Amino acid sequence: MRWIIITSFIVALLLAVYPLQVDWRWWRPEFIALLVIYWSMYTPHNFGIAAAWGVGLVQDLVEICPLGQNSLGLIVVAYICHLSYQRIRNYALWQQAMWVFVLVGIYQLFGNWVGGLVDEGVESPIFLLSAIVSGFMWPLIVVLLQRIRIYLHLL
Amino acid sequence: MLGLIALSLLLIGRYTQWLTPLRPHLEVISAPFYWVTNIPSKIGLWFDDRFTAKQDLLEENQILRNQLLIHQGKLQQMATLAAENLRLRHLMNSSEILQDRILVGELIGISPDPKVHKVIINKGSDDGIYMGQPVLDEFGLMGQVVSVSAYTSQVLLITDNNHALPVQVNRNGLRTVAEGLGDLYQLRLRHVSSTMDIQEGDLLVSSGLGQRFPVGYPVARIESIVHDPGKSFATVVARPAAHLNRSRHVLFVFSRDEHGEITPVATTP
Repeated sequence: MRWIIITSFIVALLLAVYPLQVDWRWWRPEFIALLVIYWSMYTPHNFGIAAAWGVGLVQDLVEICPLGQNSLGLIVVAYICHLSYQRIRNYALWQQAMWVFVLVGIYQLFGNWVGGLVDEGVESPIFLLSAIVSGFMWPLIVVLLQRIRIYLHLL
Repeated sequence: MLGLIALSLLLIGRYTQWLTPLRPHLEVISAPFYWVTNIPSKIGLWFDDRFTAKQDLLEENQILRNQLLIHQGKLQQMATLAAENLRLRHLMNSSEILQDRILVGELIGISPDPKVHKVIINKGSDDGIYMGQPVLDEFGLMGQVVSVSAYTSQVLLITDNNHALPVQVNRNGLRTVAEGLGDLYQLRLRHVSSTMDIQEGDLLVSSGLGQRFPVGYPVARIESIVHDPGKSFATVVARPAAHLNRSRHVLFVFSRDEHGEITPVATTP
């Protein structure tokens, strides 16, 4: 179980730094946050808040942000997921997607708050674009990862 | 608890320099990711190289030959001009212009964060890159090195929100400061009073006053000047000369010697 989680995060990091056109970067979904939500919602016993913190720190290093920016956002998201997974897991996928939109939005809000601390914040809510895209990506990610886990007999 | 650690890490990173020496070592882990995500475009370039029609190659060769001829013609004149310049400078007892040493690097990644204008280059401290080193492309000044690890370095572009550099108007030597706005196609000039002699289309070159960029490299071209009677300064917007989102190959300029000392760049007499 552990190595599939690690592999998924490596793939997500690759997608997160894949070079895009400058104007398109606002639309990039937050793959790391999506995976943190997925793993802490569907296998909460395998993926704790400390893991989310570690993942955030690695993301900070890879994405050249101030150390702690993403770990702060991700532990908040992971904590909310751990509190609510029993209820949310029973929802339909599109309802989950809306919930995920809110969670990724919270994560983005933390990121932007830290950005403001280091003079890199934006005032317009344009940074929430990627939260919307992430919400749309959610059903895709869940179906894909469930398929992979069934295939590997890890479900 | 972990939240507190993350918060304190943030604050330490923001308000002290304690984490600065650690970062180059930690950032080594980011290099493989940028290498891997660079592979698709490398493959694209490889295909371009392999499957170009012979006719295209011949044409390109012809164009390059012509360009070489023109440039060499200009260069001949350049030699005499440089010599003449040197003589004049000797006459005026000012220091000589030194040729800058240059190293070519290749762009392997751009900052995933749309708010930050940084690119990652495949040359690091192993190649002699140092903090604050100026970076050019073939059209003008791109930015400066802000972080170096062993094999890669990060370059802050001149259009980043946090970047400003001293420039002068090439036509008349007027000195101002050009600051980035977080927009790849715009720089803004600071504190330009309405009486300053500045026109649309003027070329801005680096003035070398900040002791960071060597003097005389093209930075931007003035795009618009708006005189607002309600403001004390005119709003002057310039367009960067460097192709900040297209250039794949960049030039590192070594304007210092091995000890990190600034070699004397030309001073205006």
